[in-house]
Order: sequence, then structure tokens, then C-alpha cells
Amino acid sequence: MSINLRRALLPALGLFAVVASAPAFAAGGEITIPKQSWSFQGPLGTYDRAALQRGFQIYKEVCSACHAMSLVSYRNLTALGFSDAEVKAIAASVEVQDKEPNDQGEYVMRPGRAADHFKSPFANEQASRAANNGAYPPDLSLITKARVGGADYVYALLTGYKPAPAGMTMPDGMNYNEYFLGHLIGMAAPLSDGAVTYADNTPTTVPQLAKDVTTFLTWAAEPEMEQRKRLGVKVVLFLLLMTGVIFAWKRKVWKDLH
Amino acid sequence: MSESAHASATHGHPGHGEGETRRDFLALAATAFAGAGAACALWPFIDSMNPAADTLALSTTDVDISPIAEGMRVTVKWRGRPVFIDHRTKKQIDEARAVNISELRDPAKDEDRAQKAEWLVMVGVCTHLGCIPLGQKQGDPTGDFGGWFCPCHGSHYDTSGRIRKGPAPLNLPVPPYKFLTDTSVSIG
Amino acid sequence: MSTTSNAPKKNGIVEWIDYRLPIFTFMNHELREYPTPKNLNYWWNFGSLAGIVLVVMILSGIFLAMNYTAHVDYAFVSVERIMRDVNYGWLLRYIHMNGASMFFLVVYIHIFRGLYYGSYKPPREILWWLGLVILILMMATAFLGYVLPWGQMSFWGATVITNLFSAIPLVGEPIVTWLWGGFSVDNPTLNRFFSLHYLLPFVIVGVVMLHLVALHTHGSNNPLGIDTKKNPKDSIPFHPYYTVKDMFGLGVFLVIYAGFVFFAPNFFGEPVNYVPANPLQTPSEIVPEWYLLPFYAILRSVPDKLAGVIAMFGAIFILFLLPWLDSSKVRSATFRPIYKQLFWIFLADCLVLGWCGAQHPEGAPLLIGRLATAYYFLHFIVLLPLVSKFEKPRPLPESISTPVLKTEKA
Repeated sequence: MSINLRRALLPALGLFAVVASAPAFAAGGEITIPKQSWSFQGPLGTYDRAALQRGFQIYKEVCSACHAMSLVSYRNLTALGFSDAEVKAIAASVEVQDKEPNDQGEYVMRPGRAADHFKSPFANEQASRAANNGAYPPDLSLITKARVGGADYVYALLTGYKPAPAGMTMPDGMNYNEYFLGHLIGMAAPLSDGAVTYADNTPTTVPQLAKDVTTFLTWAAEPEMEQRKRLGVKVVLFLLLMTGVIFAWKRKVWKDLH
Repeated sequence: MSESAHASATHGHPGHGEGETRRDFLALAATAFAGAGAACALWPFIDSMNPAADTLALSTTDVDISPIAEGMRVTVKWRGRPVFIDHRTKKQIDEARAVNISELRDPAKDEDRAQKAEWLVMVGVCTHLGCIPLGQKQGDPTGDFGGWFCPCHGSHYDTSGRIRKGPAPLNLPVPPYKFLTDTSVSIG
Repeated sequence: MSTTSNAPKKNGIVEWIDYRLPIFTFMNHELREYPTPKNLNYWWNFGSLAGIVLVVMILSGIFLAMNYTAHVDYAFVSVERIMRDVNYGWLLRYIHMNGASMFFLVVYIHIFRGLYYGSYKPPREILWWLGLVILILMMATAFLGYVLPWGQMSFWGATVITNLFSAIPLVGEPIVTWLWGGFSVDNPTLNRFFSLHYLLPFVIVGVVMLHLVALHTHGSNNPLGIDTKKNPKDSIPFHPYYTVKDMFGLGVFLVIYAGFVFFAPNFFGEPVNYVPANPLQTPSEIVPEWYLLPFYAILRSVPDKLAGVIAMFGAIFILFLLPWLDSSKVRSATFRPIYKQLFWIFLADCLVLGWCGAQHPEGAPLLIGRLATAYYFLHFIVLLPLVSKFEKPRPLPESISTPVLKTEKA
């Protein structure tokens, strides 16, 4: 009897999991986001350090003109492979307003420190909209976690700029993007071949740039990912071993019972 | 085997003879696993109460000391606590260095407490129970030794910040600091 | 090993305390000797599992609260600070976040086990009620907790759910204003939600205690649904048999739980909740967490606002009447050929409702949702009373130990 029940309920549980994940797919609508292969996918995936540094360069030189990344601090950049001195130099290259007033009661500008958060391009959302034709470039700190499709979506969006289909009238200041919901996006294509100059010999084609900056954005959203997966492997292995021993014990205890 | 096992099962203690050793071993191993696992699982909870990365990142404070005239004392905040910076006079330095350190409760040479004789940098928290001693402002009581005086329980510190009288057990601690330039100190 | 009793070895201090406060006798009685039917299958693991998840939730929640700021300007950032800067903060948050889903998964299985084996039938009606009270408290706690990160779904979920109360005639609007402490979901709302989210789990612990007292009064039901008190050979002491079995179940559960926490921590989450709350813009889709979807589907199936709210709450409260709606003397579905079919159809119906709750409420999903809602109530109000009256159950065995009388066909 109980075997019967087990056999019947397992597929039901599977269905339950599908039901649970249904909303995630529902929001994507009719647009399908192509899957890419990433160094950070899978249970053992890690971030490609060189790609992270190149991606940061793109963020700094291209994205940061409009997009804030207020949850990330300069000190976090050591995770990309930068040394403490390099991080200090990167931080010091921007001027930030000190949070505490000086002895005259004025808020003065000072060079950034490693402990500071990334400087935002605009003081607030209103200023940002005013400078961007009414559109609000979202903060990029969590962008790959905050969009259905994650890194694949961000990559698709960055590489999805196409000429508008014939017969489609484009409102002023709008651009056609294959993967944006409704296809009308305020942001002009941010990447173009050779948009940045890499220090290494990596080609600066749009797909390569998109890949690098998406890797960086994924790190910005989930800086804990590598630690999480490393610890996870150990924890799961330990639990499997523990459960195995307990199962042997359980069998031994129950064997004597009729 | 089966008969005895059945009888004992109703008594709640099944297993006899050679099977018992194996069961005891398994019980021990499983309990050890579970116990070790539970103990390890506690660490993230405990560690989450330690200072976070952003708190640690703020643990360095740079201070411009050029506006501090001789004989002036200023207080700056470092790690949420007051740090006393004292631009000492010749007289104060001489007093601090004239003391016979073997008579001190917490013996320390003034030369070891100040990297530059005219600049004294200390955490301004009384080593008794954590009050902030007086003596930073003009007109504050400075105690019997011309340094600082803690109003909570009457501890007296000298011009080197050493405990001389009262309940406090230790000198005012010197934080790690270094002179970046002649007019700039980095504390922490 | 010749001791005849299962009593723990006593020492002086234990005896001294026990004489004054019989806590050791109590624990020995309820956790070691406690006679348990010897035929419990693995579906009986989920009760103790739920208790353990509750402890994990409270523990991780307490440590998260140490770093959380319940203010509309800081809530989102403080959660991200937990994720980025607090030592193992990401682990605590993912344990808590996925723990909520695990808690509901475990409890739903526990409830459906009770439905299949008739665990709500006399003399366990109050045990069943207490379980339902726990479920309702869990839903409230989960909803309140979901608001705390102050993402878009937090804010709009709070707005939609609190607005349910505006359906109450006459006093609806004042009640909603009172719930909010203002004229929209705002800082006062967040503050009181945090306070209540911290309080309710301890209320749950209290009700769980009562649930256990009620359970231990008449003992566990079992897969055969027969009374095990008659034949002493039917019962075995809880320890070591069920402690070790529960430990094994816990191990398997933890592997699955850890799988989500470490490798798919946002599987149950909504991406849009990583966008900070914006009171001026509703996300394109408002979906509750998966464990509330069936009830959400019932709410949306009814075109009238008040009737929808009544139907949704009715879907939970009708469960309180279950011991009387199903009046069959036979507990286990094993011996109830028709009820057994109904059980599976009802389970499927709940899953269909869950699916509908995640869809846009229009077209086919809306129609399917309405049919499933109708069936949900039909099951309780019409089918169960009729079946329990006319169904001819198969013969019950005398005891667990005696061979089953009927010929097994399965």
C-alpha cells in the first residue's frame, strides 16, 4: 500500500515543483531568451577573473555614465583580482562628497576611499530622469538577479539591438530591441565594436564586450557565489555521508523488529 | 537470534550478541556525525555577529593635525570611539618623562607611547568601565597629574595618558597609527 | 542490556531535580518510551521535520534581525548588506528564504498525509484544528516576512493582501487604514509587520506544544488507521525506532534543503523582488509565493470582491469542519476505495489551483481556476458527506500484528 502511495505521489511532487517555477517562465512572455554558456554556471562554476576585470572596465567607461551601482563598494574590487593599491587608486580617481560635515559645517568633496560605495552618476532618480529623456537607467547592482533570465537576459538585451521591423513606427528617442519587453527601449545600443580598448588582446566585438560586462554584472549581483558553491559542495557531501551512516544505523535498529 | 530479538523488541532493547557491537558502532558514528555537523552549523550564526566587512573597511581614519596648536587637544572618532590627539607642550612631555615607571600601576615609558614626543594619540575610553575621561576641553578638570580625569569613578591619568590614581587598571590604550606626512595621521 | 525498562540511567543530580520538577520523567515518557505504532511509513516523518524547520527558521530569523533595519529607506539596503558584508549573512538569508518554502512543502505533505490516512477523525479533531491554526499562523508569518526586504513584490504583495480587508462592508476602509497605520503601505506598516513577523513564530511554537499534547494524548494514527492500544505488540517505543528513522528522514531532507540554499537559492523567489519597492509603479505581474498560489487562484476565480475574499478564507476554514463532513468510521484511505480516488483527485485539484494562481487571470487559466475552485468546495461539501455515507469500506485488520484478512491485490 505504502509503495503504491509513494509511486503515485512522487510525480505529483515533481508537478508541484513545475507549478512552483511556473511564474518565473510566465513573465518572460513570448520572447525566448537564448541560453549562453558562462564560466559561473553549474554547481562548480567560478567567475573568470580576466573577464571580470574587462567587464569592470566596460562598466566604468560606458555604463557608469548613466547607471548607478550603489550596492557595490570599491573595496569589493579586490575580488576581481585587483591589489589593495590598485583598488585605492581606482577609488581615489573619483571625487565623492564626505558624509560628515567639516568643522565649518560644509559637506566637502574628497577623493574616494576603498570603503566608499561606487559613485552614482546622478544625485537622485529625478536628476537621472531629467538627463535621460525621462527614462530611469536602473541601478545595476542586482540587475542579473532582478530580471527573469538573469545573465542570459542581460546578454541578450545588450546584443539585441536591431533595425526596427518594416512598418513599425519608432517614437522619438526610442530604440528597437529584440529582447526588451515591448521591444521599445529608451537606452541606445550601449556597446559597439571597439567601444573600449582592452589592455590584453581580447577582441572588442559587441558579443565579447557583452559577455564580459555581463560576467561583471553577475558578480556584482552575487559576489558570494563562489564561496556559496564551494561551501555547498562540502556541506552536501557531509550530509550525504551522515545520512548514509544514519541509514545503516536505522536498518540495524529496525532489522530486529517484526 | 530471531526469537530473542523478538522478545527484546517488546521490551524496547532489541539486538544481542555480535549484532549489538555493530549497532553500537553505527549509533556512535551517526551521533558523532550529527553532533559534528550541528557544531559546524553553529559557526555561521556566531560569526555573523562579528564585525561585518563594511564595518572593518571603515576601521581607518585619516586626520589632518595641522590646525592643532601646541597645548591643544582634539577628539576624533575612530571605530565609533573617541580618539584623543594631544599636541603636548614641552612641560607636559618633561613631566611625562620624569616619572619613575617602576612606581606605575601599568608601567610604560612615555617614549613607547608617543611616536613623536609632541603628539600623543590615545583611545579616550577609561579602562575602568568605559566612560570618556575629561580634559580635552579648556577648563575641564585634568586630575591630579595634569592629564585626564574620569568623572565616573575618579580615575586620574597623567600627561602620557597613564593611570596614576583611581580604580582603572590600565593606561589609556594607544591605537595603531602612523604619520602619513608631518601633518597627517592615519589611525587604524 | 538486561534492563526491562527503557528508563535512562539515573544519577543523583538528575534524581534531585526530577523529584522537584519531573522534567526528566516527562522527557523519558514522551520522547523515549512513548508507545508508537510500529507500522508508520515515511510519510509520518514530516511532523517532526516541520518542528525542526521551525527551529531553523526562528534561529536564522533571530540572527537576520540583528542586522535588519525596518525602515523604508534602509530595509532593502540592509538586506543587501546582510548578503554582501555580514559574515555568512548570505547563508543565513538563503537558509531563511528557502526555509519558508521548505516549511510549507513539509507541512503540506504532513497535511495531505493526514487527509489520506484520516488523521483528523475522532479522537483527533482538536489535534487537527491545532494543526490548521499552525498553518494559518504560518501563512500570516510568511506573508509578513515577505514584506520585510521591501522589494517590489514585497510592497505590492502587501498592498494587494491588505486591500483584501477593504472588501468587508462598512468597516473595510477604516480597517485597511488601521492595518497600514497611514493611507498606503508605508513606514508604519513595515515597522508593525516586522514586529509581528518576529512575534508570530513564538505563537506557533506555543500552538505546536498544544499540538503535541493533543497528539500524545491518543497517540499517532497509523497507515492502517486502526487503534493500536488493544494489542501491545502493535506499539514500539519511540526511541530508538523513530528517533533514528526521523534522523534519517532529516538527513535526506537536509540534502534537498542544502541543494536549494547553496545551488539554486533564488529558485522559489521572484526576480522583481530584487528591485527596490516603488510605490508609484506596479510590476507587470503580482504573484504570491508558490505556497499561497492555490488560495490566490480561489480569490481570483470569484468575480465579486467580497465573495472572492470569503471564498479564499472559506477554503481554509472549511478544513476545520472536515471531521464532521467526512463521517466515515474508517480512517485510512487504504480501506476506502472511493475516498482513495477522491483524495487523489483533490490533490490534483489543489495542484491545478496552484498552477492557475501563477497565470494571468484570463482565458483558459481563469476558466480552469473557476472549475477547480468549484471542485474544491464540491469535494468538501458534497462528495465527502455522500461518500462517507454510502461507501462500503474493505474489512479492517484486527491489529497491525495479525495478518491482514483481505486478499491483497496491489
